[in-house]
Amino acid sequence: MATYAPPVPQIVTHRAESAKPQGWTSWFTTTDHKRIGILYMVTTFVFFLLGGTEALMMRLQLGAPDNTLVTPQVYNQLFTMHGTTMVFLFVVPMMAGLANYFVPLMIGARDMAFPRLNAMSYWLLLAGGIVFYASVFWNPPEAGWTSYAPLSNSFFSPGGGQDAWIYLIHLTGLSSILGAINLYATIANMRAAGMSWGRLPLFVWAILTYSVLIIFAMPVIAGAVTMLLTDRHFGTHFFDPTNGGSALLWQHLFWFFGHPEVYIMILPGFGVVSEILPVFARKPIFGYKAIAASTVAIAFLGFLTWAHHMFATPIPEAILIFVMLSSFLIAVPTGVKIFNWIATLWRGTVEFKTPLLFCAGFISLFIIGGISGVFLAVFPVDWQLNETYFVVAHIHFVLMGGSVFTIFAAIYYWFPKVTGRMLSEGLGKVSFWLMFWGFLITFLIQHVMGLDGMPRRVYEYDNVGHLALYNQISTVGSFILALGVLVTVLNVARSVKSGVIAGPDPWKANTLEWFTTSPPPANNFDVVPRVRSVEPMKDIRREVERRTAAPGADSGGATVPAGAMQVGV
Amino acid sequence: MPQSGGSPNADEIASLYRIVLYIALVIFVLVEGALGYALWKFRARKGAVAAQIRGNTRLEVGWTVGAAVILVVLAVLTFIKLSSIQNPSESGPNGQHLVGSNGVLYASAERKLPPSGKALKITVIGRQYLWQYVYPGAAEADGLGAPYAYEQMVVPTETTVSLDIVSSDVVHSWWIPELGGKFQAVPGYHNYTWFKISKPGVYRGQCANLCGRGHARMIADVKAVPPAQFEAWLAYQKTLIAEANADAKAARAKLGKQIGAGQVENP
Repeated sequence: MATYAPPVPQIVTHRAESAKPQGWTSWFTTTDHKRIGILYMVTTFVFFLLGGTEALMMRLQLGAPDNTLVTPQVYNQLFTMHGTTMVFLFVVPMMAGLANYFVPLMIGARDMAFPRLNAMSYWLLLAGGIVFYASVFWNPPEAGWTSYAPLSNSFFSPGGGQDAWIYLIHLTGLSSILGAINLYATIANMRAAGMSWGRLPLFVWAILTYSVLIIFAMPVIAGAVTMLLTDRHFGTHFFDPTNGGSALLWQHLFWFFGHPEVYIMILPGFGVVSEILPVFARKPIFGYKAIAASTVAIAFLGFLTWAHHMFATPIPEAILIFVMLSSFLIAVPTGVKIFNWIATLWRGTVEFKTPLLFCAGFISLFIIGGISGVFLAVFPVDWQLNETYFVVAHIHFVLMGGSVFTIFAAIYYWFPKVTGRMLSEGLGKVSFWLMFWGFLITFLIQHVMGLDGMPRRVYEYDNVGHLALYNQISTVGSFILALGVLVTVLNVARSVKSGVIAGPDPWKANTLEWFTTSPPPANNFDVVPRVRSVEPMKDIRREVERRTAAPGADSGGATVPAGAMQVGV
Repeated sequence: MPQSGGSPNADEIASLYRIVLYIALVIFVLVEGALGYALWKFRARKGAVAAQIRGNTRLEVGWTVGAAVILVVLAVLTFIKLSSIQNPSESGPNGQHLVGSNGVLYASAERKLPPSGKALKITVIGRQYLWQYVYPGAAEADGLGAPYAYEQMVVPTETTVSLDIVSSDVVHSWWIPELGGKFQAVPGYHNYTWFKISKPGVYRGQCANLCGRGHARMIADVKAVPPAQFEAWLAYQKTLIAEANADAKAARAKLGKQIGAGQVENP
């Protein structure tokens, strides 16, 4: 019997480096993208908890009108720290952490293109976080995360906290730029055989776009804060109107970075959702090309809309109109994504596992955030709504209901791959429902508060109309939301040691990160299979099923009976 | 709804908001409905098999064009409303009798005025943490000596009031919700808006852009009174300021005689 038997795909890890006992000091020297990814994710989650605590303190202060729990100074410090932390120390680097861990696995690479640069990105991020939080022991910054000049100059903000804020932007910005270059180089050059651009997982498409946005936007803010630094200490007057500088220039530079930053924070989340929905609907993603194209379109348009944060400034009418229309235009590719996601669920068989719940919750909340964004794009309407709690509600619907919910979806989806153990579904669902309802209770009412005339960034308010009641509702909601987050923290703490063993492919997913053990060996794959579609893992499972002709073979994910040959290269 | 009822531009913004809201509600119900329906109807059940569909070009082009059309409609509606929000209307017959435009602190081509060019021009100065209002009627040729007030702006009813918003220190934002939108007071720049109040009363607002620790307490009121009453108030304000200036002059003269007077100039 000399007939040729084609090989059956299986996970081959016999050449994997043995798990040498590594001391805790190895975390300082590691260049493994997976361990760096874990460092990123754990660090940023700690900052998320810090930023969340600051938010709860603000909600406590606002729980009653004319409250005196914190002083105006402390309140200004709280919202400055909260906003800065969530943007620069949580959402952006958390996405970098997810990308670090999963991009090489998803494209069948053994590490990032520049492993040592990768480690440097992480340590710069941590340095930025430490410099920033060190200011808590002296003078925390208090000019808001937007740090508008001239309030942020040395005359109005003499404290060192403002400088700590500048150094945070420098350090995390450099971290992001280096990380983005690394991710771009990795995706462009290290894809598995057969993985053409048209077969790139949508999460990787999102990370590619995220990288490009960072490379274009971050240098602008780096330049702007450097100008602010020299204004503060070295006698320049870039933003000083009393010496011929322009206060408006700061707003232009800040938002030229700030608006793409919004997409830097949300596009990877879109990518996560585009990966998770097909897995739990058991159906291919609907309109792969449209989703990938809309990601790129959003990124491009994101650079044309910054002045919609400046509708209330002295600015020519032609610009107001242009920016309103370009902001409208962004709603089109965003809408396309939402329609495609719903169409992905349509006629599928939706399994309500926790990752799917967070994705569905994300879509429902993001629809609200997207629609309230259209209100804000109509500039005469924005004249009434900007700088009020309506805007606070809007940004939290897109960043908390948006980005953060996708981060939680990613945690529940990929935790088994990172640790080899499953998170508890029961606790996961409790966490989701607490977070979902807590979020709605906290932020839905804030639209009304804004319409009733409550500006943001005020430490107290008069009890006119129902403002006291609305604020109480919002405060109660924020604690429910916090409880939901805490349940996930407990879930993770519990499952790291004692969760159910996951196996290589617990969700029967579509992408290559599941074609290796959980957690993956140091070199990820001994043998990288040839990619023939957008769903290589589905192809592999089908192949295994066909060759072994064992009806139960599918149930164990990609693992196949002993004796099967490894896939040919 | 955003607050309205004080001035035509605020009313027009509220009505534009209402239009956007109705369109948004329809889209909200349809999209959330489709999501909810898909999640419920196509939940995993025994024997259910997922349809392996990868896309549908017609459908995708359809909803892309559909979304674009809705936004074009929104843009057209905004343009229709825009002129009544931005361009001040003429003062009513019972409004303040205005003569020319002499005595304002700054003249500008960007400032929008009613077709007749007549409006009560008030300069709004934002400063940490107080709003100052400078009225026309400078006593001296260089624009100095104009009557002014702090915190509460008194204006005549049925009169188009044109505001020139500036700042003396950091960025503030002028906002009286019932009288229209926000306009930032950026140091080094002029920003303009207008309002016309028909009902006498007090319209409350506050600074809407973070300006420091006292931001939350930087309140602003607009008190609308009949024109005759406004005239009387302005005259009274002038005498008060003249008296205060005279007192200050006397105090300065007294201090000037003391030894080391320079040290108390800026206590």
